[in-house]
Amino acid sequence: MDHISFEVKKGEIFGFLGPNGAGKTTTIRILTGLIKPDGGKAFVAGYDVLRNPIEAKQRVEVVPEVSNAYVDLTAWENLALIGKLYGVPTQKLRENATSLLKEFGLYEVKDKLVRAFSKGMKQRLLLCMALVNDPEVLFLDEPTSGLDVESARLLREKITRYNRDGKTVFLSTHNMEEANQLCHRIAIINHGRIAAIDAPENLRAQSMELQYIEVAFNKTVNPQDFSGNPSITRAVPAGNKVRIYTADPSTVIAFLVEYAKKNNLRILSLNTMMPSLEDVFLKLIRGKEAVIQ
Amino acid sequence: MSALTEQFKRSLVIAKKNIKIYYLKGPVIIFGLVFPLFLALAYIIGRNVPLKEVLPGLIGMTTFFTATSVGPSIVPWETRSKTLERLLCCPVAFWTIIVGDMLSSFLFGLIISVIPLVLTLTLGIQPLNFMLLFLGLIIANLCFAALSVLLSAYPPTDVPATSMMLSSLVKFPLVFIPIEQLPLLGTAIASISPLTYFTDMVRQLFLSRGFYPLAFDFTAVIAFTIAFALAAIKLHEKTLTKRLS
Repeated sequence: MDHISFEVKKGEIFGFLGPNGAGKTTTIRILTGLIKPDGGKAFVAGYDVLRNPIEAKQRVEVVPEVSNAYVDLTAWENLALIGKLYGVPTQKLRENATSLLKEFGLYEVKDKLVRAFSKGMKQRLLLCMALVNDPEVLFLDEPTSGLDVESARLLREKITRYNRDGKTVFLSTHNMEEANQLCHRIAIINHGRIAAIDAPENLRAQSMELQYIEVAFNKTVNPQDFSGNPSITRAVPAGNKVRIYTADPSTVIAFLVEYAKKNNLRILSLNTMMPSLEDVFLKLIRGKEAVIQ
Repeated sequence: MSALTEQFKRSLVIAKKNIKIYYLKGPVIIFGLVFPLFLALAYIIGRNVPLKEVLPGLIGMTTFFTATSVGPSIVPWETRSKTLERLLCCPVAFWTIIVGDMLSSFLFGLIISVIPLVLTLTLGIQPLNFMLLFLGLIIANLCFAALSVLLSAYPPTDVPATSMMLSSLVKFPLVFIPIEQLPLLGTAIASISPLTYFTDMVRQLFLSRGFYPLAFDFTAVIAFTIAFALAAIKLHEKTLTKRLS
């Protein structure tokens, strides 16, 4: 980490994006009191993680990428263990555990050893374990990584519902679509530094040079034909279409219509595409050329 | 004070979890039950020595090997399964986890080491002071449990078998029995082993003769317990980053 500084607002879902080795997990580990930074300060739920780690941890929970539930314990025992370590009163713990296991479809297997659970079930159990003490802040490290579509969707729904109850979510993910769907704001981290931090729509709006037009003609055309146009940054083949990067779509559309007439071509389809979050991410990590190429 | 009590309660929760998970693991059964059993049999069978004479060594070794059988494996196992990280994310102090591990190792040792003691009483061999003997047994189990957790601190491996093997390498040279038959140099070396003081304590309480004064034996075992516990917490803290990487 290299002097990063950011704030997460209470009640928001904050996305943390970055390539492997960028420092996402390290950041989460510092914020959850697992490791101590060489310098600097970290506050979670108003508590200094370094000075008052117990108080800070009391208000947060973590769902890691790799399941770390006790496989030699049952689902119920795992929940009971975490609840007791958070000091949840017995009756409240029983109520919370029952309702969470039912909500996540694990109540029927509550007395089975976690060893026998599938990856999706384990991940659902991890979320149950993380919610059993009703934390103020939830840290999620690649929570849907490697999950089947149904389990991933269920987890996203639960995260959204949890957030609707006013809870804060810190989500580290590789999944751009997931970040786009869930997050109110996103920070993109690279080489231990924050490259950008904003709402997904604002991040896209800041990268309008990455918007492009996809056009398909009734005959194959050479993308090189468009390289002379000053409004066109780059034209590349994309299947039976040509993808044309431009900061000025209306001028390029007019040019394409003229080009079709002149060459006796028919335009079969023409779409203007906004830059995706993935494009923005790639631009910030590797530069504009990496996206356009 | 209430925060300390709360942390201790959480140590008990961790100990309970360890009991459920680790007491029935293969290496724990081998090093904590099978091994002391055969050691005890080898110690008793074929020796023309009254049972009362061999009791101190027998109780000492049984306690030593059982109380040190659970501790070395817990942290490596939890490192490998990433559950150590899970525990560390909870609102527990680092010492809370280590104390929980020590308590589970202690209870295992206490339960098993009570067996030869009960056997002794059943055979009509009475100690001079049962309460003192039981107190000594509790302190010794705490001491050996602390040692066992300390032994898993370095190297910060995530392979339980490695930790068990290395702990055995350290444990065996600590057996100096009987101390009164050792040469001067042997006696000096034996003084660095907590087992020496516990065995001496048991010998005094059964045979009314010992190498050191009884109070000294108790003080020494308590001092070793504190030293091992503090060292275990510090050394584990120091190697934690490597475990999490």
